[in-house]
Amino acid sequence: MYTSLANRRSFIKKMAMLSAMTAAATMFPGILFAEEQEEGLPKNADLDWKKAPCRFCGVGCGVLIGVENGKAVAVKGDPKSSVNKGLCCVKGYHSVIAMYGKDRLTKPLVKKNGQYVETSMKEALDLIASKMKETIKDHGKDAVSIYGSGQWTIPDGYVASKFFKGCIGTNNVEANARLCMATAVTGFLTSFGLDEPMGCYEDIDYADVFVLWGNNMAEMHPVLFSRLLDQRLKRGVKIIDFATRTTRTSMAADKSILFLPQTDLAVANAICYEIIKNGWVNRSFVERHCNFSKGLTNMGYGLKDNYKFKDKPEKIDFNAYKDFLEDYTPEKVEKISGVSVKDIKYMAAYYGDPNKKVMSFWCMGPNQHTRGTWMNNLIYNIHLLTGKISAPGNSPFSLTGQPSACGTVREVGTLTHKLPHGVVMNKKDREFAAKIWNVPVENIDPKPTYHTVEMFRALDRGDIRFMWIQVTNPMVTMPKLKRYRDGAKKEGRFIVVSDIYPTPTTDIADVILPSAMWIEREGMYGNSERRTQYFEQMVNPPGEAMSDTWQLIEVAKRMGYEKQFHYKEETHIEEIYNEYRKHHVGKKHNMAPLEVLKSQPGVLWPYVDGKSTKWRFNAKYDPACTNGKDFHFYGKSDGRAIIWQRPYEPAAESPDTEYPYWLCTGRVVEHWHTGSMTRRIPVLHKAMPHAYVEVNPEDAKRMHIQTGDKVKLTTRRGEIILPASVNQRGIPAPMQVFVPFFDENMLINEITLDSFCPISKEPDYKKCAVKVEKV
Amino acid sequence: MPIKSYLAHSHKGKKAELVNALSTIGQCEVMPAENKDVVIVVTDTEDQIEEEILKKKLDTLESLKFLAMVSGFNAPQND
Repeated sequence: MYTSLANRRSFIKKMAMLSAMTAAATMFPGILFAEEQEEGLPKNADLDWKKAPCRFCGVGCGVLIGVENGKAVAVKGDPKSSVNKGLCCVKGYHSVIAMYGKDRLTKPLVKKNGQYVETSMKEALDLIASKMKETIKDHGKDAVSIYGSGQWTIPDGYVASKFFKGCIGTNNVEANARLCMATAVTGFLTSFGLDEPMGCYEDIDYADVFVLWGNNMAEMHPVLFSRLLDQRLKRGVKIIDFATRTTRTSMAADKSILFLPQTDLAVANAICYEIIKNGWVNRSFVERHCNFSKGLTNMGYGLKDNYKFKDKPEKIDFNAYKDFLEDYTPEKVEKISGVSVKDIKYMAAYYGDPNKKVMSFWCMGPNQHTRGTWMNNLIYNIHLLTGKISAPGNSPFSLTGQPSACGTVREVGTLTHKLPHGVVMNKKDREFAAKIWNVPVENIDPKPTYHTVEMFRALDRGDIRFMWIQVTNPMVTMPKLKRYRDGAKKEGRFIVVSDIYPTPTTDIADVILPSAMWIEREGMYGNSERRTQYFEQMVNPPGEAMSDTWQLIEVAKRMGYEKQFHYKEETHIEEIYNEYRKHHVGKKHNMAPLEVLKSQPGVLWPYVDGKSTKWRFNAKYDPACTNGKDFHFYGKSDGRAIIWQRPYEPAAESPDTEYPYWLCTGRVVEHWHTGSMTRRIPVLHKAMPHAYVEVNPEDAKRMHIQTGDKVKLTTRRGEIILPASVNQRGIPAPMQVFVPFFDENMLINEITLDSFCPISKEPDYKKCAVKVEKV
Repeated sequence: MPIKSYLAHSHKGKKAELVNALSTIGQCEVMPAENKDVVIVVTDTEDQIEEEILKKKLDTLESLKFLAMVSGFNAPQND
């Protein structure tokens, strides 16, 4: 019988306690709750506390790890960290337990005659190198690939990029951040020419209003959300939750506004319409610092193999943009979006009020969206039109979900088109990288190859024959999963998976390498606010487990690249970081020296003249501004940001008579992403042992569905049966259902759609059509 | 089945008294801060009515300066 709610009550009490601790910590920096923080510690423990960034989400909380007799036994928030000011969320507090699961991988495994056989690390690495050589010889360099992660440390991603792009000469380098943050990147690049937020978390301390765009921050970024709640207690700030589903964030917000899936595009345009109509445009800011552009429309959804799209930006003027917005009056948009005219005007009025500082937050809602780049552009439009940007408290802020999606994937550039500095398509960028990498510039291919979805399609087709997967679990996270799992299992494919536990992804591997986790090795992560954080090796990895960085170096050396991978084992992280820093030299992206990172809980880049840059593009705070004006959007050659004309277009698949509901997928507070770590933490696993489907109470009543009943979900890709959840945690709007994706035994991605944003190539996990039936 | 958490601020010098008073109330779990005059209180009641009664009871505590709610959850009973 379904018992996923068992022990929920005690868990909720713990959550309530943690919420209060978090709020208290933001109100009283340095406050101590010894009883909770030292709970479970061995009596008379003589702990050695060492700093690290948290292993889990992109908030990047600073934690202190208590180590005793070579084992990590406790975690507490680092009071010196400006991110979390001494607190953690429930996952953070239990993070070290994830290192000690009973089924931890400790020996390399090689598949022989359908069975995994233990082998030595030397033998496994020899086999990987020989398979790579053989594949390149038989099928060419673009038949080998690496698929990494926003959980890769900076050195992991850096050596992967250098090895594949610089040495082998293939751009088959991708990372799972394509599935969550690629849209944020293209949003930043199209609007500003440079990636990552202009502001920082300190904006929270100055903003008067927080608008959360499809962002369940209370559950996904709880520590950061507590800072918003704290500001409400202190200063009476307003929190507006703009979403498709009622969540804990909605309940905690001052105002919850629901919109129909995909229509956030229309609402954002309606807000811009209102801003212009009511004379709330910051004219001097727009005239001095902005251009207007439009791009191609009706781009498609990437559903077919080898889909290609290249936008053709065209400059327009303010009047053309104003005319375009005539289609987005609040009255017209109310009909599309289900958001009342009053609520649209309510949001617009806050953005338009010159006396209110506004922060917009978003994460997967606007990013996992077939028009995600547009959606990011539209949020920036609102901030640019009102001049509420790059200044304390005025901040459009894209949040991340992984500890180093920014630090490794976006900054190191572990995506097919990227280099640590610039892109492969740019000759100067290739020359710059080749010089630092000590490889002939001809090695770096000027053409990007496959983005993530297309990379797995290429594996299915046989264009890719070898794939090395590190620190990620694509056999849970890929949309339309069956195709990609079947493709990976085909004859003539060779898959290497580096991980810490068995997962559905290790199930498809020919070689499984046991990896060192987090503080079992040395490394750095980069969080959502451009903060780079260092952690030392605090404990030894189990058995033969080895860091992903060193696995790659060992194979690269076996492939003949000793010259490029000359690092010494005892100092390789320092050597790699120092080499990596060379790619970002200059006032626009300078990284702090390692000794500075070691001395404090992280540093924001650009780090210039011994100081972090808190607000980029603002001459008062950013030494890279050189145009003599108050703002300088130096990512664009003329120093101006772009306000984009982007229309509303429907989703790739909308409900119809056969599949009448919307299906949205996402996360839960207890589990981090696919649950491969948090499901090994007993208290978290007990609190949320398996997935479920949230059904709207009225829909449930009509179908006679109660919590715990079995419900069948059917899409054009397949079907799945899940226990129902009615009126429990989240409440979907009528004719919508929500399913979390953490549960490898109930793989919701078997039935999701692999449509993606044509600009970012990030899939839309939030919208497809589904039939809902009680079993 | 409401579960709520609060930050309880005591009058100056009355933190110990507040902790003692809260600890005697069955529906309250209490965690005092080590170094500030703040106490975390998590309340767990059967229903809205009991919740209201409890709130009134808390309001009568002389050592309590004020109570700020931090989070509220409505948990199912079958836990």
